[in-house]
Amino acid sequence: MIGFLQNLIDAVSLGSIYALTALGIGLLFGILRLINFAHGDYITIGAYALIVPSADVTARLLIGDLPLIVMTPLICLIVVVAALLSDVLVFRPLRRASSPTLMIASFAVSYIIQNGVMMLYGARPKAVDLWSGANTQILIGDLRVPMLQLIILVVTLVLMTTLTLFLRKTPYGIQMRAAAEDFRMATYLGVRGNLVIGLAFAISGILAAAVSLLYTTQSGSLSHTMGLPLALFAFVAVVVGGMGSLVGAVVGGFTIGIIVTMLQAYLPPELRAFRDAFAFAFVILVLLVRPAGLVPSRTSFERV
Amino acid sequence: MGALLTIDDVHVRYGDLVALRDVSLTVAQGEVVCVIGPNGAGKSTLLAAVAGGVTPWRGSIRFGDTEVVGLRPEVVARQGLSLVPEGRHIFGTLTVDENLRIGGFIHKGRADAKADYERLLELFPRLRERLNFPAGRLSGGEQQMLAVARAVMTRPRLLLVDEPSLGLAPRIVDQIYEILLDLRQREGLTLVINEQSSNRILKHADRIYVLRGGRIQLEGRAADLADGEAIRSAYFGFGSPATLEGVTP
Repeated sequence: MIGFLQNLIDAVSLGSIYALTALGIGLLFGILRLINFAHGDYITIGAYALIVPSADVTARLLIGDLPLIVMTPLICLIVVVAALLSDVLVFRPLRRASSPTLMIASFAVSYIIQNGVMMLYGARPKAVDLWSGANTQILIGDLRVPMLQLIILVVTLVLMTTLTLFLRKTPYGIQMRAAAEDFRMATYLGVRGNLVIGLAFAISGILAAAVSLLYTTQSGSLSHTMGLPLALFAFVAVVVGGMGSLVGAVVGGFTIGIIVTMLQAYLPPELRAFRDAFAFAFVILVLLVRPAGLVPSRTSFERV
Repeated sequence: MGALLTIDDVHVRYGDLVALRDVSLTVAQGEVVCVIGPNGAGKSTLLAAVAGGVTPWRGSIRFGDTEVVGLRPEVVARQGLSLVPEGRHIFGTLTVDENLRIGGFIHKGRADAKADYERLLELFPRLRERLNFPAGRLSGGEQQMLAVARAVMTRPRLLLVDEPSLGLAPRIVDQIYEILLDLRQREGLTLVINEQSSNRILKHADRIYVLRGGRIQLEGRAADLADGEAIRSAYFGFGSPATLEGVTP
């Protein structure tokens, strides 16, 4: 029982990381119909921004050495700028392009960022000790909970609540929801298309920056491809949750986190190497039963 | 006062398909102009071109003193021109209240946006009762009213309404026309309305254009076309034979 609870906490914390990543991807998909595979590389940028640019194997902290209250906004700023630049330079000229075209463009952005990071920092993974204090364990009854996992969960809940309030209560949030539902109609009513899209990129940048910090603290290592598996699993989470639904992205993120962790824990050891294959098989199963995802996006329906 | 809207020799193409050719049309300040024509005549394309949703291949569209060809829809909306598109395009997952406020965001910072909102709810008591409903759960007629109210929240000088009667019961359509004409009275709105059928329009419009196959077939004052004969032949593209007696396009 304790073992299961321990696994569940691991699952929820991994699920939080996937959910935050999936939210960033889902937000852009909602408004732009862009499946942004470069989102994982925004996370990579945020992580590498912590250290001094050099090809050394041991990483020396740069921004990562600053106090949390300075470091967090600075990393957010850097990732937001990267996200906005990818919009202005790549996606804005492609505004009228089809969804597949946008997705392929996002692969290009992803490669450019990865190779840029590789040129600046070298191709070898680096060890980094961001915030070792967060790895102390807290005892709750017989449960040993790493403090970091609690922090991850709290940060995730705070970000989700803030995002929800922003989308529900503020004029720009309402405009973003309108644009996500019917972009053309929103512009007919004077909603500035590029502003709303820029906002979506900025928010997805902030979400990516949060994942950079949490994930780097947890894994203690950097690699120029570190964002790829995150983006891939988050994309799968978006699909499982239901394309175009933010609630779906979160539900999908937690679902994938739980599936992956539980498979890791309970698969017979000789099958563990195929964990991801089992996870994706489960995803296929979900989609066979619910092709529109777990939480299908409510599209507007017209009544006579 | 000159023309509020001047469409001059506009061509619109979708790939190889020509949707509008040589279309010229003027609307004077305060007028109610109706464009009628069968399905696929190019009526919706015409309004979308004016609102910036479709860029004409050739020709000019002037709204007041501004050339709007090439402007983005959100820029055109800020000039004081609003489109209620065919099919209403309500934001179904947003509440009625949020749908209305979207229209008012253009005037962010102006104190009277709130007053606009209140004034419109006086006109649409049905919407006031349903402010916190998801708009997708409104009836078709209520959605059409919301679409009109939302457009008026942008404070347009010119309101373009694409087939307001589509799929609605005649009683509801009467209400919507009543409201549109009321808005014209109160707010000094100029109206361009697309319809497939002329029977209601002949009563309310000042002038009528008949559009068929992407071309203007007939233009005239509603009073002069009241017997419907000229409209019928322009609409169907031939003189009205005996078999068509009594058919109102």
